[in-house]
Amino acid sequence: MTAGELAQQLKTRFGDLISEPTEFRGELTVRLSDADCVAEICQFAKKHLGFDYLVDISSVDNYGDDPRWTVVYHLYGYGHRCSLRLKTEVSEEESELPTVTGVWRTANWHEREVYDMMGITFRDHPDLRRILMWEGYPYFPLRKDFPLAGKPSNVPEVAFSNSAPIEGGPFVTVAGGKNAGAREPRVRVPEPPDPKEPAAPTQETA
Amino acid sequence: MATTTHEMQVGDAAARAPLPDELPDFHGEKMTLNMGPSHPATHGVLRIVLELDGEIITKATPDIGYLHRGDEKIAENMTYTQFIPYTDRLDYLAPLANNVAYALAVEKLLGIDKALPPRCQYIRVICCELARLSAHLLGLGSFAMDVGALTVFLFTFTEREKIYDLIEALTGARFTTSYTRIGGLSRDLPPGWVGRCRQFLEEVVVNIDETEKLLTRNKIFVDRTRDVAVIPREDAIDYGLTGPNLRGSGVDFDLRKAHPYLVYDQLEFDVPVGSVGDCYDRYLVRIEEMRQCVRLLRQCLDKIPGGADNAAQEPINVANGKILLPPKVKVLTSMEELIHQFMLVTEGVNAPPGEVYASTENPKGELGIYIVSKGGGTPYRMKIRSPSFANLSILSHLMPGHMISDTVAIFGSLDFVMGECDR
Repeated sequence: MTAGELAQQLKTRFGDLISEPTEFRGELTVRLSDADCVAEICQFAKKHLGFDYLVDISSVDNYGDDPRWTVVYHLYGYGHRCSLRLKTEVSEEESELPTVTGVWRTANWHEREVYDMMGITFRDHPDLRRILMWEGYPYFPLRKDFPLAGKPSNVPEVAFSNSAPIEGGPFVTVAGGKNAGAREPRVRVPEPPDPKEPAAPTQETA
Repeated sequence: MATTTHEMQVGDAAARAPLPDELPDFHGEKMTLNMGPSHPATHGVLRIVLELDGEIITKATPDIGYLHRGDEKIAENMTYTQFIPYTDRLDYLAPLANNVAYALAVEKLLGIDKALPPRCQYIRVICCELARLSAHLLGLGSFAMDVGALTVFLFTFTEREKIYDLIEALTGARFTTSYTRIGGLSRDLPPGWVGRCRQFLEEVVVNIDETEKLLTRNKIFVDRTRDVAVIPREDAIDYGLTGPNLRGSGVDFDLRKAHPYLVYDQLEFDVPVGSVGDCYDRYLVRIEEMRQCVRLLRQCLDKIPGGADNAAQEPINVANGKILLPPKVKVLTSMEELIHQFMLVTEGVNAPPGEVYASTENPKGELGIYIVSKGGGTPYRMKIRSPSFANLSILSHLMPGHMISDTVAIFGSLDFVMGECDR
């Protein structure tokens, strides 16, 4: 059985919810139009199509576009040895979709990472906490509007109160900049802290 | 004289913040034990919060992220070539294998992964297998040391040192190799390297045999690992385990066989598979994988196009000035090459829009690189699917029911690297 046939079976079962599969560099991608059905579709893919291994869940921030988030599932089956990429879009207002931890238990940590990095939540996830950043960290660092040098925070002791000393470092490249200065900024000026956040109590230093 | 007191506070709030379920329960008889983030058996900075009933673990909560450096964010801000040094620091016990995995992913995006010159592909396989050998030697050495067999560690580290010498001769660095380039390699094999590598292989097989004699029928080692932390086949797949941990549970799957990349389909090797899925099986799988590494390396050294000294001048890079830097002498004499050099350095290689997921069988398991490109020299989004991350996610399921002294055996047998887990 090929990945194309498996994608067709998925389409036969779910009809218009699943897009026509697209191929790039030998990899098949199907798009799911309604993110709320993702758990149901994954359950079917695992049970009836043999996709028993969830390789990865990742997320893309289409900053400036609507819907803002793309959540990407990489599926693989040890039986037929085919892989399939399942993509679904989530709007910024909603920023939520059902969990697939009930289908593959490995999804637990992958979904926690997506939440940690992008701020997309997973409905009915058993343990949706931050995983790489620490509890209470106020930002979602992989979002496109989060600067590379980090953001100063007014929440005391939870995040850095200043941005990183090298502020992006000397090895930063912005492709397509008009001149060398714009392409390789030696210093990135961080955005000012959000005035909506509570102000930090001023601390006396020795 | 007036004295003042300054209240010092630990800045790391994560170290002090209790998890909701680890708050003291004075009425129960359970005890909470914090292991890590700095603990000799955690091989890096893994923190695990154990809930104990006597000596039995009743609950385990892993806490990762202490080595998170934001590699995926960094990747979005630089050209594809500039990110190569960062891949050294993923699985820092096998930097060469990461270099190859990353280069292959970008080459897949560019559509040139099948068009690499044969000599380049053979050298890359040599790199991958040397890295695997080095990573397994360390993994086994520290595993054995943690369960009480210190000698093994000294044995395996002697061989690792020789691998580092070879890697240094090959790449110029012992650790931070950054050896691959998009579309090729940074340099060819140095003179005399193949001979040195053959000599090393002669020595390492003796060492592997000695290591096995020390462990495989060692009563203490067997008692500490056999039937400990059994991962059934279904659980291994469900938790997304890969690499030796998956094969230890009896799943006959190796990306080098199932979806061969480079020239693995032209080489002969076997994939060892466990039967029970306990710590002992995972150890046996790694021992046998090291022997297969030696077998693969010998074949590569024999079959490498151009031979040891490359007298035939076999290319090691793709002949495309828009992907790889042209030769310096051409840059200085020819207009077109000068333009290529300038564009590559300032803009990076011009990748087409699209998305690829490329994975390789790394020492720890499946290292996948998922690149979303919107065209141009930098990725729009790059996700690193690291094997250690998925391998560790089974801990909270695996550990309850085991004795606290089993934790070191479990950690050693899962053989993870936090640099790759946390990225």
